[in-house]
Amino acid sequence: MAKLAYERPIINRISAGIPDKFGMQSRIRPIPQIEGLSVEELMKKYGSPLFVLSEKTIRDTYRSALKAFETRYPSVQFAWSYKTNYLDSVCRIFHQEGSWAEVVSRFEYEKALSNGVPGNQIIFNGPHKTRDDLEVAIENDSLIHIDHFDELYTLLEIAGKSATKPKVAIRVNMDTGIYPRWERFGFNYENGEAWDALNRIMLSGKLDLVGLHTHIGTYILAPSAYGMAANKLAQLAINLARKYNHHVQYIDMGGGFASKNTLKGAYLPGTDTCPTFDEYADAITSALINSEIEPDHMPTLFLETGRALIDDAGYLLGTVIANKRLPDGRRATVVDAGVNLLFTSFWYDHQVVPAVISSQHTENTTIYGPLCMNIDILRDAVMFPLLRPGERIVIPRVGAYNMTQWLQFITYRPNIVLIDTEQRVHVIREQENQNTFQTSERIPQYLK
Amino acid sequence: MRIKRSVAVSENGFVFDSSTGDSFNLNGIGREIVELMKNGLEQSDITQKIIERYEVEPAIFEQNLMDFQSMLRQFNLLEE
Repeated sequence: MAKLAYERPIINRISAGIPDKFGMQSRIRPIPQIEGLSVEELMKKYGSPLFVLSEKTIRDTYRSALKAFETRYPSVQFAWSYKTNYLDSVCRIFHQEGSWAEVVSRFEYEKALSNGVPGNQIIFNGPHKTRDDLEVAIENDSLIHIDHFDELYTLLEIAGKSATKPKVAIRVNMDTGIYPRWERFGFNYENGEAWDALNRIMLSGKLDLVGLHTHIGTYILAPSAYGMAANKLAQLAINLARKYNHHVQYIDMGGGFASKNTLKGAYLPGTDTCPTFDEYADAITSALINSEIEPDHMPTLFLETGRALIDDAGYLLGTVIANKRLPDGRRATVVDAGVNLLFTSFWYDHQVVPAVISSQHTENTTIYGPLCMNIDILRDAVMFPLLRPGERIVIPRVGAYNMTQWLQFITYRPNIVLIDTEQRVHVIREQENQNTFQTSERIPQYLK
Repeated sequence: MRIKRSVAVSENGFVFDSSTGDSFNLNGIGREIVELMKNGLEQSDITQKIIERYEVEPAIFEQNLMDFQSMLRQFNLLEE
C-alpha cells in the first residue's frame, strides 16, 4: 500500500481576544518564478544567496512614473538617483529610457560619465564636493546644486578665474508639514537663508542660476507635502523673476517617493499606504501650474525619484540553513542572506516568502541571517511555514539601496543577475572571491 | 512522556486543556501523535507507527517529533 504524504506535526495555540488587525490570517503566497524563470534553477546556476533584477519591471515602473507627470505638466525630466542603485547596467537602463544622472559624490559622478551621460545632463548634489570636484563639474558643464555658503563662495572664487560660467541651483530645505524635517541639507526657506543665497548668486554675476532644488525627505507618504514644497520653490522663482527678471529653467523636486515596502512599526502594510505616482504628480504639478509663474516661463520639472522606481524590480533569493526552537518556544529559521546584504531590513519589515510550499501551516517565526552577530535579524516575527534546510526563500522589493549599502562582512557578496525583457539572464556583478580583497590589501615586508 | 489527563482532543484536532482553559489546534499528524501518546505509546513505538504509514525518513521524523514534543511541554500539556 502506498504511504501517505508526510507533513510534520504542528500544534498552535488558539489566542482568543487578540484579533488579527485584518480579521483573518493571510495566506502565504510563494514566489516560485521571477519573470517566468524558476527561482530554483536561477539559484542552481548562479548560487545562493542571489540578487535578481527584472529589466521589465524597471522599464514598466519608469514609464508609469513618467506618464503620471507628463500627462499633467508640459516639461518633465527624470534624473536617475545613482545612490539608490548604481550598478552600471541599471543606470544604463534608466539612461536609455531618457533619465539624466543625479549624483552625490565624485565616485558616482565618474560612474555617470563612464555610463555615457553627457556632462550637462549630470546633476551634482550633496554636501561634499571638493574644489577639484567643482572644477571638473564646471568643465563638463554639469548642474551643480549648492548645499551651503562655503560651497557657494568656493564656486564664486573658481568662477572668477574660469572662462566658463558655472551652472548652479541651490538646494532649499523647508517646512512641508511633515516630520522629520530634513534641515541639514541646503538653505532654509522660512528664515530667508535661501532668498539670501539667491541674492548673492544673482548680484555676483559670476554664476548662471539655472534651477531651484529641494529634497524634502525619504519615504514620504503624504503627497501634499510635495505640493507645499513645490509651492515654496515656485514662490522663489516668482521672486527672482520680479526682482531680477531672471527665469529659472527648472524646478527640481528631488526624490523621496515611498515604495510598497512596509516600514517597521507601520500599522498597515506598505502595499495599502504607498501613494501612486499619480497622487504625487497631481500634488506637484497642481502647485506649479496654479502658481503665479508666467505660462511662458514655466520651468522644466526635474525629479530624482530613486526608491519608487527600482524597489519592485529587485529580489533577494536565499536558502534555509537550519531551523531552531528558541527558549520561549518561538521557531527560528536561519537563512544564508542577512543584514549584510539586506541593509533595508533595519527599517523595513520585508516580506519573506518561500519559493515553494508544501503546507499552509504557519508558525510565528523569527528569521535570522547567517552572520555570527545578534543583530542579524531579517524578521522579528512573521507567520512562516516550516522549510527544511536547503529549501529556498524569496524576498521581493529589495531593488533600492541594498546593492549600494550592502556590507562586505564575513562573507563574499553574491552574484547579481539581470533578467532582460526577453527572459535572458545576465550576471551584472560577479560574486566576490579571495582575489577581490587580495588585490587591494598590502602586507608589509616584515609580516610576509 | 504522557499527555495530561485534563487534555481533551477532538476528531478534527481541536485541543482543550480543562486545567488551564487553554485551547490549541493540531494538524492531522499532530493529532495522531497526541492520540498515540495518550494511549501510552513510547517514542520508538510512535516512530514505528508513523514511518509505516507516512512517506518520511526516520531521522527526519525523529527530529520533528522531538520538536513537536518540546512544544507540548512549552504549552504545558505534558504530565510533570
